[in-house]
Amino acid sequence: MALFSASPADQRLLPEGRLAGPMPWVIAIMMVLTVLAAAAGLALGNAASLMERDLEGRLTIQIAEPEAALRESLTARILTEVRNLSAVGRAAVVPEQEIVALLDPWLGKDGLEADLPLPAMIDIEMIRAAPQDIASVKNAVQSISTTARIDPHSQWLGPLSGLITSLKWLTLLLVVLMTVATSATVVLSARAALNTHLPTIEIMHLLGATDVQVARLFQRRIALDALFGGVVGLLIALIIIALIGQRVGAIGSDLLGSARLDWMGWAAIATLPLFGVIVSTLAARFTVLRALRQSL
Amino acid sequence: MNAIVQFENVGLRYGTGAETLSDVSFTLARGGFYFLTGASGAGKTSLLKMLYLTQRPSRGLIRLFGDDMVTMARDRLPLFRRRIGVVFQDFRLVAHLSAFDNIALPLRVAGTEERDIEKPVNEMLAWVGLSDRATARPATLSGGEQQRVAIARAVIGRPDILVADEPTGNVDPEMAARLLHLFDGLNRLGTTVVVATHDLHLLSRIGNATMMHLDNGRLSDPTGALRYPPRSDRAI
Repeated sequence: MALFSASPADQRLLPEGRLAGPMPWVIAIMMVLTVLAAAAGLALGNAASLMERDLEGRLTIQIAEPEAALRESLTARILTEVRNLSAVGRAAVVPEQEIVALLDPWLGKDGLEADLPLPAMIDIEMIRAAPQDIASVKNAVQSISTTARIDPHSQWLGPLSGLITSLKWLTLLLVVLMTVATSATVVLSARAALNTHLPTIEIMHLLGATDVQVARLFQRRIALDALFGGVVGLLIALIIIALIGQRVGAIGSDLLGSARLDWMGWAAIATLPLFGVIVSTLAARFTVLRALRQSL
Repeated sequence: MNAIVQFENVGLRYGTGAETLSDVSFTLARGGFYFLTGASGAGKTSLLKMLYLTQRPSRGLIRLFGDDMVTMARDRLPLFRRRIGVVFQDFRLVAHLSAFDNIALPLRVAGTEERDIEKPVNEMLAWVGLSDRATARPATLSGGEQQRVAIARAVIGRPDILVADEPTGNVDPEMAARLLHLFDGLNRLGTTVVVATHDLHLLSRIGNATMMHLDNGRLSDPTGALRYPPRSDRAI
């Protein structure tokens, strides 16, 4: 761990206290934003995966025949036909009260009480959902009724799933940009510190200190700043995530509720401060070494 | 003669200006005592910078301890710098470190274990008469005390060469005499000493010293004593 180590005497060579200057606080702010972006990205990723799993291979067949007896007959025949297909795992008629409940927000009680013919619906879960499997269901249905409609669920929620996936990648891009911004901040800070401590560095060089010895002093100090900023930033971000989680829980939405972090997500978030320390340390090391190479 | 430093036709130019040093050639013997004199701007500090390896020449050859310093890889230079002690007129102590820590700095840079540092540093503090000021910061020390800390720091690593750039410029004559006495003591222990000074009175205090005089960037060597091989062994 020579990257971080320094004796107490070496530590005294750079006089300022660890939390002097804005560096730790800038890193803390960066870390809050990075953790929030990473948490959003991971949660949206989980939501997108869950949605894709749910949508994949689910179909609804709608039989919109106004004649009730014919509708029931067609529904029974289609149900029998699709259940015989090897690609279909489960097929069931959607109960009428569920259809009424679905239409209630749009038509209201008065609309439903009128003599309005409701379509029959069959819910299908496929074992395999390759295009040819979906086509086999379509062929089976249309051999019985050409007016029956087949709606793959992915068709309804596909755009939403696409949006969630795009947001996931956007948040991950934000994490990358935050990392770059943090590195740039560290580089500027390291250069400023080099200028501040130039007389001490010159003396150390004169006494035979190597560039690596000098760089170690700076990288250790910046690592400590980054560790402090990272931990503070992580704690603030966790509080924000907990508050947002409470609000989302209160809404009771399945879609929003599916955007949650699993244990691997939490573990990834917990490692962000460590990642920040490593990035900051390396940025400081390379900046200092590069600057020192300008002198003899 | 056992040469420890050898300059051959060394020239130094900063940027595109005229040469600060031109055709400087001399050889320093191991264990010798040398005064470098010359008017302000004659190139004394530039010559010393090349001697303590913070400046490469524009041309010519510099050999220290038998190695070519002009072509030496940059990352090898620190090991050679540890064999050279340097004392400045403005002391160049680390302001936030105590006298003890300033003196200990070369040992720490060289990687000496902490347990092996206290004894030699305390001995050095005693040698320069500052045992009771070990914890004092440079700002609280007088000019003479700071210069003695600087000397102690320069010699604690038992350097082969001690280079002093106007070491008596900021101290009173009595302190100047004491500092020169310290240099003489070191020289008697085998260290090659090079002192750049304006003060010609100092020259008479070291009987066996050789004078090097810089005039407009050129080294005067009327006796040929600094050439290698020397014209006269007596002068070295």
